[in-house]
Amino acid sequence: MDSNMTKEITILSGKGGSGKTTVTGALAVLGKNNILVDADVDAPDLHLLLQPQIKRREAFFGSKKARIIPEECIRCGLCVTSCRFDAIKMEEPPVVAPIFCEGCGLCRRICPAEAIEFAEARTGEWYVSETAYGPMVHAHLDPAQGNSGKLVSLIRAEGRKIAEDKRADLMLTNGPPGIGCPVIASLAGAGLVLIVTEPTLSGEHDLRRLAELIAMFKIPAWVCVNKWDLNPEMTAKIEEASRALGMSVAGRIRFDLTTVQAQLQRRTVMDYPESTAARDIESLWRELSAAS
Amino acid sequence: MKIAFASGKGGTGKTTVAVNVAYILQQCGADVQLLDCDVEEPNAHLFLPPRIDRSIPATVRRSEAAEDRCTGCGVCADYCEFNAITVFKNKVIIFPELCHGCGVCAWFCPERIITETFRPIGVIEGGKVKGIRFLQGRLNIGEIMAPPLIRQVKGQAQVAAVTLIDCPPGNSCPLIEAVRGTDLVILVSEPTPFGLCDLSLTVATLKKLGLPAGVVINRCDIGNDELYLFCRQGKIPILAEIPHDRRIAESYSRGGLISKDLPDYRGLFASLWENILALREGNYGKSPAADRGWTAT
Repeated sequence: MDSNMTKEITILSGKGGSGKTTVTGALAVLGKNNILVDADVDAPDLHLLLQPQIKRREAFFGSKKARIIPEECIRCGLCVTSCRFDAIKMEEPPVVAPIFCEGCGLCRRICPAEAIEFAEARTGEWYVSETAYGPMVHAHLDPAQGNSGKLVSLIRAEGRKIAEDKRADLMLTNGPPGIGCPVIASLAGAGLVLIVTEPTLSGEHDLRRLAELIAMFKIPAWVCVNKWDLNPEMTAKIEEASRALGMSVAGRIRFDLTTVQAQLQRRTVMDYPESTAARDIESLWRELSAAS
Repeated sequence: MKIAFASGKGGTGKTTVAVNVAYILQQCGADVQLLDCDVEEPNAHLFLPPRIDRSIPATVRRSEAAEDRCTGCGVCADYCEFNAITVFKNKVIIFPELCHGCGVCAWFCPERIITETFRPIGVIEGGKVKGIRFLQGRLNIGEIMAPPLIRQVKGQAQVAAVTLIDCPPGNSCPLIEAVRGTDLVILVSEPTPFGLCDLSLTVATLKKLGLPAGVVINRCDIGNDELYLFCRQGKIPILAEIPHDRRIAESYSRGGLISKDLPDYRGLFASLWENILALREGNYGKSPAADRGWTAT
């Protein structure tokens, strides 16, 4: 790795609720000279642990949306039958449901009365903030909006800019669950992926699908089983499967309700250094630091 | 009747609640159908597990050009809002993974050399288990088009007395597609800052869609009372509370069905269903069913 370049670790899980944000928050405390990115823009939570002070606020324009101008509309219905996304309802006058409008512009181009407006719509906001553990780039998607993948790409690019300016050592990107659009957007170009999973049948199932996705991007992946002592046999099975899939095992974290206590106090679990979770995450961090 | 199970935050117990309600209903002899619309990571099948007897490919439209007949006019590339087309000299290239299948390029190509075909994005699998009709979508790995697959899963659903939909986490396109057209959304959350923050986003989304919601609080004794206050202030009924119980976590980790492995929880899911029905009929809190609500304490 080029020593001048910021290394990016993206934290993913496949399955939701396995502890990504808890682990990212703790790693933010352990790392020095970090940039933090919360790429779970659908349901962001990292701000609840790191209490960012917003320094810069920008509107996000996710896509264009069509709107029918009632006075110009001749009620021919061509837009209604031509829309591939069933986003236009034949009412009096026809109306576009912005939630389902894909922003393709077909209706505007085929409308014989030129009665359709088509403009960029604000669908969210993103922020550059300061935290006690380094700058943080995060976002908020307005209710019932899509295109979170585009927003993820945007805030990661912004994070990388800041990282270069500040010559940061590490960019920690907290990813969304799943394997779809926003996950791909938070994965492409990352230096390393840390998968936080749990010792359950669902955790294992989802990990396998995520591993296959990561392999397509040829990014080295490390696996950590959170709450491992809930099912030691499943933990061993997941670790074995991970190695077989070409991933490395980074460590295990014991089940510890201190993580909930920390969350209730709006702190990371590292503020409870004697807790088992804090100690386990510290050894996970040592393992990751040695690797990168 | 179509009931969706959603959450905003992942891992709160959507699938657990959905499969257990399905199981309880089937035990009572109801005609129940379960759709797993968490197509990125479908898990409901792990808890049932169904015998899959049909598999239907899911596709989306994509544009394809007869490249050799391109005159290089560039209209298609200009009109494509998704940057899926490049025209270079007399050659057109359409990137299938960026194509949204909107049809603009085919409509406006003056040479009429762009046609629409279909490309696979995943599979819809159907089967039966313990009398429950089951359907799930499984998105191909590396594919971003989750919403069209969710729509197709719902399109393959049969008419049933009760259709339960296990939704994906999050609050954007996939969730919106999964809850579209349902009668009621059950939000499964936990009483922690993360649970509350994500639930409030989902509630705002459902409000925008005009869909009624009720809440199930999972691990109800691990956090604080902010989620309860939020529900009370927003007049969102709490339909059930599931305690933090290591036996549940262990049963779940093995892919077990709680209402089968731990019979003491059957009453909880049965009462949840009564509350769902009461809420659906506008009688929640008025009928005796709500008073019989099972709680942890």
